Amino acid sequence: MSAVGFVVLFPLLGFLILLAIGKRLGDPKAGWIGTGAVLASFVSAIVVWLSRLGNEGHPYVLRLFDWFSAGGFHANVSLRVDGLSVAMILFVTGVATLIHLYSIGYMKGDSRYHQFFVYLNLFVFSMTVLVTANTLPLAFLGWEGVGACSYWLISFWFERPTAASAGKKAFIVNRIGDTGFLLGTFLVFQHLGSVSFSRITAGSLNLSPDTATAIVLLFFLAAAGKSAQLPLFTWLLDAMEGPTPVSALIHAATMVTAGVYLMARLSPILALAHTADLVIAIIGVATAFVAAMAATAQTDIKKIVAYSTVSQLGYMMLGIGTGAYTAAIFLMITHAFYKALIFLGSGSVIHSLDGEQNIRKMGALRKFMPITTVTMILAWLSIAGVPPFSGFFSKGAVLENAFGDSPFLWAAGVITALLTAYYMGRLVYVVFYGTPRFEEVTHGHDPHESPSVMTIPLVVLAAAAVLGGLLNLPVGGFGFLGSWLAPVFGTAQAAYPMSTGLKDALMGTDAVVALLGVFLSWRAWRGASENPALERKVFLNGWYIDAFYDRVFARTGTAVAELADTVVDQRVVDGAVTGVAGVARLVGGAGRKVQSGLVRSYLLIMVGGLIVMLGYVLTVAAR
Amino acid sequence: MGYLDWLIAVPAVGALAVPFISLPEERRNLVRGFGLAISLVELVLAAVVGIKFNPHATGYQFVTNVHWIGSFGVSWFLGADGITLVLILLTALLFVIAMFAMKGVKDFRAYVGWMLLLEAACMGSFTSLDLFAFFVFFELTLIPSYFLIADFGMGASGRAAVKFFVYTFAGSALLLVGIVSLVFIHDSETHHLTFSLPALMNTHLSGTTQLLLFLAFTAAFAVKTPIFPFHTWSPDAYRAAPIPAVVMLAGVMAKLGSYGIIRFDLELFPSTARSLAWLMLTLAVIGILYGAVVAAGERDLGRLVAYSSLSHMGFIVLGIFAFTTEGMSGSILQMVNHGIYTAALFLFLGMIYERRGTLDVGKLGGLQKRAPIFAAMFMLVVMASVGLPGLNGFVGEFLILLGTFITHRWWAVAAVAGVVASAVYMLWAYQRAFHRSQADAPPFGEIRLKEALLVAPLLALIVLLGVYPAPLLSRIGPTASSVVQHVLAAKAPGAAAASLPAVVKGVK
Amino acid sequence: MTIPGSWYLVVAALLFGLGAFGVLTRRNVIVMFMSLELMLNAVNLTFVSYARMLNDVGGQVDVFFVLVVAAAEVVVGLGIIVAIFRQRATVTADDISSLKG
Repeated sequence: MSAVGFVVLFPLLGFLILLAIGKRLGDPKAGWIGTGAVLASFVSAIVVWLSRLGNEGHPYVLRLFDWFSAGGFHANVSLRVDGLSVAMILFVTGVATLIHLYSIGYMKGDSRYHQFFVYLNLFVFSMTVLVTANTLPLAFLGWEGVGACSYWLISFWFERPTAASAGKKAFIVNRIGDTGFLLGTFLVFQHLGSVSFSRITAGSLNLSPDTATAIVLLFFLAAAGKSAQLPLFTWLLDAMEGPTPVSALIHAATMVTAGVYLMARLSPILALAHTADLVIAIIGVATAFVAAMAATAQTDIKKIVAYSTVSQLGYMMLGIGTGAYTAAIFLMITHAFYKALIFLGSGSVIHSLDGEQNIRKMGALRKFMPITTVTMILAWLSIAGVPPFSGFFSKGAVLENAFGDSPFLWAAGVITALLTAYYMGRLVYVVFYGTPRFEEVTHGHDPHESPSVMTIPLVVLAAAAVLGGLLNLPVGGFGFLGSWLAPVFGTAQAAYPMSTGLKDALMGTDAVVALLGVFLSWRAWRGASENPALERKVFLNGWYIDAFYDRVFARTGTAVAELADTVVDQRVVDGAVTGVAGVARLVGGAGRKVQSGLVRSYLLIMVGGLIVMLGYVLTVAAR
Repeated sequence: MGYLDWLIAVPAVGALAVPFISLPEERRNLVRGFGLAISLVELVLAAVVGIKFNPHATGYQFVTNVHWIGSFGVSWFLGADGITLVLILLTALLFVIAMFAMKGVKDFRAYVGWMLLLEAACMGSFTSLDLFAFFVFFELTLIPSYFLIADFGMGASGRAAVKFFVYTFAGSALLLVGIVSLVFIHDSETHHLTFSLPALMNTHLSGTTQLLLFLAFTAAFAVKTPIFPFHTWSPDAYRAAPIPAVVMLAGVMAKLGSYGIIRFDLELFPSTARSLAWLMLTLAVIGILYGAVVAAGERDLGRLVAYSSLSHMGFIVLGIFAFTTEGMSGSILQMVNHGIYTAALFLFLGMIYERRGTLDVGKLGGLQKRAPIFAAMFMLVVMASVGLPGLNGFVGEFLILLGTFITHRWWAVAAVAGVVASAVYMLWAYQRAFHRSQADAPPFGEIRLKEALLVAPLLALIVLLGVYPAPLLSRIGPTASSVVQHVLAAKAPGAAAASLPAVVKGVK
Repeated sequence: MTIPGSWYLVVAALLFGLGAFGVLTRRNVIVMFMSLELMLNAVNLTFVSYARMLNDVGGQVDVFFVLVVAAAEVVVGLGIIVAIFRQRATVTADDISSLKG
């Protein structure tokens, strides 16, 4: 099980090698090195998984070294192997390998080709650290590390001001959330005397409900930043400025799910904080709905997918909030498959249209890009939750638990599910069907299918998206993931007693809703590429939330900062000091008149002084 | 002579020797080699001290204590504990780098001479345990800094130098009054005239006296650190000083302030330090947030880093006055870390200024396109100063906030906003200077090998101390915890639940 | 005939007053210098008179000190005056005021 060290080590090695000689390796060798490093990491993850089979119940901790300690505080660099971390490293490195492979083709010809893989490998390193860390500070290292890589990769094409700003925005919004991580860690340390997950699991029962609520809400702030929940989700839309493989790997499959992972990791504390759980569930489902509505009106293909990601993350948080940790992780994994697929498929489309992202300028691409089209349709059916695709099982599990918690949460979730099937259908119809509208983009030549280095990952991911449901079938004996994760979540996992009939009814509803969504999109978008009635401006602009932030925080913040710089500091604070200096100068000015520079006047003053003193001595003192 | 004596003597003698070096006009730059040699010897000496230092002991090590001016109770009393040790190492390292960074003049004699004198004064301040000697060294740092800023600086350096000098001198005047008063009070109690710190720690002071003395001492240190609102000299001085001097100013001399607070304020006046902790913590938090806000509005990179220093030094003060071992260790570690990344930042700013003749972000832009390796190195330093885990800025900041959170929760919560703000202004500045692409802008040369070698040790330390700070922390730990114990063990002085109105009454 | 000691003192006082008046009123630095010498010698005369009157040789010893100091002062002073004259071509005290506040 110490192979977990290699899971982390290989991407780090890849990063260091590429940093040192990546430029010399060039295109495409650097890409192959990067892919190889991640593949080696994936193989190590499989080794870890195999070595765990049979003793799932006991977490294994690989202690490497003491990072820093002071007073009673100790932060170790130690990696934790348990059901949750193994599930995470398997799917993170697996998806990452495919996306690295895809990037070899996608980034071909870019002037900073090797740099892309430098960042990408560093990202995988940070992500594996994050999900295997056994202490909160080490997890924070991974947490911030993926944030920094995300910043670098979003602003990878920094010549575009929008890309540079988007990267910065992502980092800063994540930082807002990170304050929650820091304060949560402090609170955990103050009450439990340790920041290792082993102790947190063991000691969480000693926490008072209020403390637990505070801890959970603080960490949820962090998770809301990373996993793009209301009200901190706007950065993820801007993050689409990054290269598409980045959007697929970081902003769909892995990094953004880190918040969900973190909450699942802290499930022993969540189990004690019912108010906080309700907050999480409500925010989750609200995010899911708001983002899904916005997705219905987008015209940029990546923005549609980005809103879809936000929406799906909302589902995961709904699962967390209702105590359905296994369902949330299940959805996270299947989502990684089909969302990575959708992004890579979109990337394939964008790639073949020389960077065009507007769906109005696409259409009828199925004739030119058969593999992309088929895989995209499979991904659509998966995310829509059409049986028996993976999304049906994973989303169904979340919704089932939501119903157990509160029918209102369930209802909101189901409406969102309808929207999901609809907006993805819109994407598929407008892009791949209808009439071709790409002449002005391609200048006459036809779009082409992507090279096999890009289509192979599509096919593999499509298979995973279709078959992902097998991981955790809601049939006795086939709930692999559930039994795998059971030792981790233990009693924290909520159990809602439900009759088989009710369960079947819920599943049936899911299926009907999914098919209804598919049907609606077929009705509306079969031959159309525009429909103002269905594409409201308020949704196109994402409910104006980002514009609101810009106006209220960004602009006033800038104004305040400039005021502070030019007026407050230079006039008021420094002015007070200069004022003191001015008084001193005034007094000195009076004094300087005496210093006329005329020797005679000095002498006169001296003599005058002498006479006065003499007079004093002779008249007063002599008496 | 002990190691610490040598640490002071070597650069001092070097400084005195420099004016007597006579070289033909065209070989004057050989003086730089002399300065380098001296500072390298100094670094080796400091390293030896570091190796010989016993990390488990709490008291002073390498002690020298001989009578100096006997009739006034002044002694040559040097010693090092964990705080001293790490600051000595930082000082020795940064001086070597600063010596390498000197350029732009024909005759290096004055430059090297002042730098060596400054090094001697810094070493003396960090190692002196006699208040008189400390004050002499503390003041002695001003003279070389003044001339370095005024004679070798950029822009309106004369004015900045005067502002710096007068400002710090005003604080120092109060420090002198404080020291003399304390010594005489001690003398009248014990009939033993002495300036020795350990002896003076046993002085019995009434609450009011202790409060006044605390304020007098703190005035000097607050200016030097700087603590809000005594900071306005720093943007001007940092911006005007030549790069080697600003490396010392921001990297080492700012630490004289925070060092003085720990060494003298806390050791001598523990109970007042405790009762006034709320004030210092509040000033620290204001400094953190205010520095960040002003930095966000600043267009000049040099001034921006100066304000970010105000913000980061606020963290250090915060950790000191939290009175937890975690916070104290974090602050001491952060002094070193801040010295390293601020020095690196200013070195990079120097290179930018050399290439473009401006540090105005509005006139820069697109540098990453022109010089990707330069940009990558600069980014590393930016991330260290932002506090990215895995780089050196994080560990100290984390421990400071943790330590503060345990005892003063709400101050820590407010200070955490500074973590966000540092990302805002740093990344904004980076974006405006390095991102975009300016087709018509003048060329910007890639980093040269010489320049890369200059910053390489700092970059290596940024990573090393971020991943494995244990060698420093293990030496800081015992000292930090003994200082905290000392403060917490102090009995509250009789009359002083010292509030300011009470003092005013006391004065009347 | 013996002249009373007090006469010597009166002469010395007159000389001193004369010297002081000269220093205060004249603008030519050299004349001021001469007046200064006058004051010094007035003091010398006083010393000698008292030494004689009180039969104490210490007063005469002091005179030697004053003489030596006065000689040194003249050397330095004239040197400075010459240096100033070379720079400014003037020996008027009022013109030399660069150190005014």
